[in-house]
Amino acid sequence: MAADIVKIVSKNFDIPDSHKLEVALKNGRYSSIDKLFSMTPEDVTEEVCKSGLRGKGGGGAACGPKWKLMPPIDERPRYLICNGDESEPGTFKDRQLFQYDPHLLIEGIICTCYAIGAHESFIYIRGEYKFFIDQLNNAIDEAYEKGIIGKKVMNKYDFPIDITVHRGGGAYICGEKSALIESLEGKRGHPRLKPHGKECEWFYDMPATVNNVETIASVPHIVENGYEAYTKYGTEKAPGTMLFAMSGPVKNPGVYEMPYGNKMLDVINEIGGGMQDGLKLKAVIPGGASCPILTAQEVEKAYLDYESMWDIGSTLGTGGMMIIPENVSMVDVAKNLIEFYHHESCGQCTPCREGTGWIDTILKKVIDGNGSEDDLETILDVCETMNGKTICVFAPAVKDIIKSIVIKYRHEFVEHFNKKQLN
Amino acid sequence: MSKFKYTEENEKEFARIAAKYPKIDAMMLPALWLVQEQEGWVSPDSMVFVADKLGKTPIEVYEFATFYTMFNLKPIGTYHIELCKTLSCMIMGAPALKKFIKDTIGIEPGETSQDGKFHLTEVECQGACGGAPMIALNHTYHENLTVDKLKKIIQECK
Repeated sequence: MAADIVKIVSKNFDIPDSHKLEVALKNGRYSSIDKLFSMTPEDVTEEVCKSGLRGKGGGGAACGPKWKLMPPIDERPRYLICNGDESEPGTFKDRQLFQYDPHLLIEGIICTCYAIGAHESFIYIRGEYKFFIDQLNNAIDEAYEKGIIGKKVMNKYDFPIDITVHRGGGAYICGEKSALIESLEGKRGHPRLKPHGKECEWFYDMPATVNNVETIASVPHIVENGYEAYTKYGTEKAPGTMLFAMSGPVKNPGVYEMPYGNKMLDVINEIGGGMQDGLKLKAVIPGGASCPILTAQEVEKAYLDYESMWDIGSTLGTGGMMIIPENVSMVDVAKNLIEFYHHESCGQCTPCREGTGWIDTILKKVIDGNGSEDDLETILDVCETMNGKTICVFAPAVKDIIKSIVIKYRHEFVEHFNKKQLN
Repeated sequence: MSKFKYTEENEKEFARIAAKYPKIDAMMLPALWLVQEQEGWVSPDSMVFVADKLGKTPIEVYEFATFYTMFNLKPIGTYHIELCKTLSCMIMGAPALKKFIKDTIGIEPGETSQDGKFHLTEVECQGACGGAPMIALNHTYHENLTVDKLKKIIQECK
């Protein structure tokens, strides 16, 4: 099967000035709203449940069931929080939405707010995206002016909606939903302890739902065309499409919307244009830095959906593939990534705060030529100490990527020990 | 009491944004952004100002501001170069850009040039991996860089 592109969320990305309301309206934006208000909120949620829409932020949790966790409507305010923090290395898809189709996101927010009964929505975006934040804010201002949001939706539906963009401050961990809420509440972005049972999130002790912006942008298509229009793409367990990203030395890096289930190698060769001349594929980190690395042999067996990735011992994550060529040392890759994690660990849990630092120190020692087999064992040991003993999934992600590199490319680390001995 | 004050415009902007949140606490990030956009950095004095405004103690604001790496806790140069160093940028040539900056402007990450014109920060992933390697110059992204392109960008900084 050849890799195919299906444009649902990215349909308007290539249209000039698609961020302007006038152009957006001409190209089908806000066309789901009439259908939306002819349905009950329960019907909307049910439709999204049937569509099998899954969260696009990395976890892949089902979206509809998440909405159902909201408690029954009472006098308390309730919130929709859109996660646009997008700091996972290798991931640059949400910014395309802010830049090229912000009105799709606003339309998605209207649909989602209606389904969960929220009247206020916050969009948390990483601080580095100043330009994209401005672009989105302009679109929101325009939507307010034209009465698309505000006291009424589309000037006629009696459902007040307010949207506020909240600019982050450069902390990776704020992409974790509970850390994001802490940050939004004006605190350090420390992830919260998770409840034993499933429940919604809480923003200032009020019920809230947190969804990734791409997930929210996928909702209008489902509302307008019914769930079958979504499930006809993708695989049985992962229906629909996702914005996959490719970076590294391929001929055409970028963001491409594809149904789930494409063969990874076809995607790299046909859509990514293959490796740049003279370079050979060595490895791929499939979905942002926090996924176990795939060797070139494993890439041949890889398909881009959650279940297939689990089967070969990795995860789909955010779908941001980082392509690593033959001439790059895996020791350098490991060092580069552990520096990232060491820098970004929020410091709340000891195993993560200390573990990332220790691995960083040990890898420096290896690169300097002072390493030994014992050091590799220590790294693996530290990985196990971090795994599953912390509040959030940051530390397990560090373990996943570092352990997979050390085990799959152990010989490259060993070469560094030998270098020293030769000298 | 702090000597720092928002400009009249920022004072209005603060009130406009604050009305959108259920609690004033949520203004921590927006309030500090207003400070940094006004002054270029977040001084201890401005933190006292923000604390007064939000009903916090100065140490609470300090604790907050030191967590978020984008806040400059000391003055920086006119042009803030943020060079991405994470994996895709590293593979695509960020080290060469870093060396070029060192050779021409003479600054290492974390340093400001003597004339106060440039400040270099080596940052983690900026979400521009498809356009690696990249820098953000005063928050404007410049992607798909080569040493030649970077040279032009730096020359254009007056």
